[in-house]
Amino acid sequence: MTSSWKDWALLIGFSAVILCLPILLEPIGANYPDLLQKIAIFGLFAIGFNILFGLTGYLSFGHAAFIGIGSYMAMWSYKLLTMNVLPAIIFSTAIAGLLAFAIGYVSLRRSGIYFSILTLAFAQMMYNLAYSVLTPLTNGETGLQTRAIRSDPNQSLLDGDIRVIDQAFGVEEIGVPTTNFFGMAMSGYTGFYFCAVILILGFFIAQRITHSNFGMMLKAIKSNQNRLNYTGINTRPYLITAFVISGMYAGLAGGLMTATDPIAGAERMQWTASGEVVLMTILGGVGTLVGPVLGAGLIKYAEQKVSSWNEGIIADFFSFLPDGLRDFMAEISSLFVGEGWHMTLGLMFMIIVIFLPGGLMEGFRRLSVLFRRPKNRETMKSATIPSTKPGESIAPRAAE
Amino acid sequence: MSNQVKEQAKTEDEDRGFKRGTPNTVLHIDDVHKSFAGLHALSDVDLDVREGETHAIIGPNGAGKSTLLNVCVGRLKPDRGAVVFDGNVLTGKSPHQINQLGVARVFQTPEVFPELTVLENVMVPALSKRDGHFRLNPFSSFSGEKALRDEAKHVLESVGLQAQFDDLASSQSRGDKRRLELAMGLIQHPRLLLLDEPTAGMARHDTNATIDLLKKIKEGGMTKVIIEHDMHVVFSLADRISVLAGGRIIAQGTPEEIKNNPRVKEAYLGEEQV
Repeated sequence: MTSSWKDWALLIGFSAVILCLPILLEPIGANYPDLLQKIAIFGLFAIGFNILFGLTGYLSFGHAAFIGIGSYMAMWSYKLLTMNVLPAIIFSTAIAGLLAFAIGYVSLRRSGIYFSILTLAFAQMMYNLAYSVLTPLTNGETGLQTRAIRSDPNQSLLDGDIRVIDQAFGVEEIGVPTTNFFGMAMSGYTGFYFCAVILILGFFIAQRITHSNFGMMLKAIKSNQNRLNYTGINTRPYLITAFVISGMYAGLAGGLMTATDPIAGAERMQWTASGEVVLMTILGGVGTLVGPVLGAGLIKYAEQKVSSWNEGIIADFFSFLPDGLRDFMAEISSLFVGEGWHMTLGLMFMIIVIFLPGGLMEGFRRLSVLFRRPKNRETMKSATIPSTKPGESIAPRAAE
Repeated sequence: MSNQVKEQAKTEDEDRGFKRGTPNTVLHIDDVHKSFAGLHALSDVDLDVREGETHAIIGPNGAGKSTLLNVCVGRLKPDRGAVVFDGNVLTGKSPHQINQLGVARVFQTPEVFPELTVLENVMVPALSKRDGHFRLNPFSSFSGEKALRDEAKHVLESVGLQAQFDDLASSQSRGDKRRLELAMGLIQHPRLLLLDEPTAGMARHDTNATIDLLKKIKEGGMTKVIIEHDMHVVFSLADRISVLAGGRIIAQGTPEEIKNNPRVKEAYLGEEQV
């Protein structure tokens, strides 16, 4: 098939866009490292989530638990081993995978809404444990932070860290310890590029999974799981594997959150975080490769930028209108910005779910069909029109 | 691996003391009972399907034909009795295990993967046949499976779906979905193919095409069990016929014997008059 060069083209295009984000997002004022990092990290989270939700159709409402455990794991790696982020994110991914196996093993006994509820219950359980029983490991409401090294063995771990690897190599620490990648400080654009490279790697892996035999089985599960059983496939191990993979993506994302800002709190595991990734995936396009990243970018942009707009900015925007109308428009619009940015998000979400159930990616697909149609009307007749029927596109085919 | 499983199943059978059919029996249904809330859907059903034959199961509506098929593929568990296929007890096994042993089923209402293309629909069972019930291969390229793809195309051509490889299965007509399902069964080269009314809802010429196709497979030596209402189909294909009525097998024999059997005439042919 000719799909392999398309895959490479998509991967190269995606990498180019991600690496150029600081330049591309300049016109909309989103080119500062903190936001860029968030986009990359949540993009990775959404890509992994989509491997479960997009391919198998199993909607997990508990992926925040993996984010949380990833963050805590990374913090303990900083506290006990080294401030290098590489071991930290490896631990995050691995332990999140183990937890995902345990949760998936139980939750995947059910499907549909019952599966969603089970995952939600597990995540909420983890969230509450982090605040109560597990306080020695999570430091409760204060959150887990890195501290200076205590040389006195009796004092260490009570109010300081040990970082055995860093100590063994004699790494000098001045003031608050900062994360690094083999000496490179993980701040500013370095932090973003580190996250970006991992996002691209994650995208590549997701792309390979989507186009593998394994991915085909996952799509078949979504399409008709019962039939697949009669076809000789044991769907359970496939589902568990998909769940573990997506849990590992979430754990990695959780680890990356601490890479630039070494602090972990339980609020990362709240159910709203699990819900957010569902929104990102649906907004961008369920089952597509690029969609989830797009959705993550959009939501993080709205969260950071739209929430900071105030009436002054709005009034400037409408300054071309006559006075009375300008005030009126500013009044109305100001409801949707600043603290009301959730209204914008909700409205955006409603519009997309109602008119573009396949998310933004479906919007692009429809546009491209629109532009292509006049050229080769003959060949397009039967080939593309059925696939763009609105009613059928709730579950769009995975990205080519 | 499959040999080991077979060996194990064999000793299990012997421990439990299951009867075996004659040596050339492929499927042996042994004293199967199944009732739903007091209604006896199947009682004392004994049936032997021989290697290579086309065995038709006929009977009036509600006779228990589909229940019997569901018992065979593991969808239903019989209250009593067992189904033995090729030395393996199928009773108590899950549908995917039964399929891996070489039993494929074609459903009455077409069961396909609607969101996959026609070609992908056939490649999935082919992968299952080649790789077993689970194989972790997240990096093998699906588009790189050239041999399987060619085989799938070949099978699709044989059922007459060569024009729509890349169309979604959901966009196919009902008749084409049935043919697609047949292809999904055929690509697995099962030792036993169970067909639940393979021509229901098909136009006459499609029915004849399906009969021709099934005749061709018969020459290939595949054992088939067909549930069918259409007597034209039954008498053109079947080597032997079992008649099910009221959950019991009331007659068994060659088409000629069945045609002349007075009990069958009374229970079945008498009412429907073929």
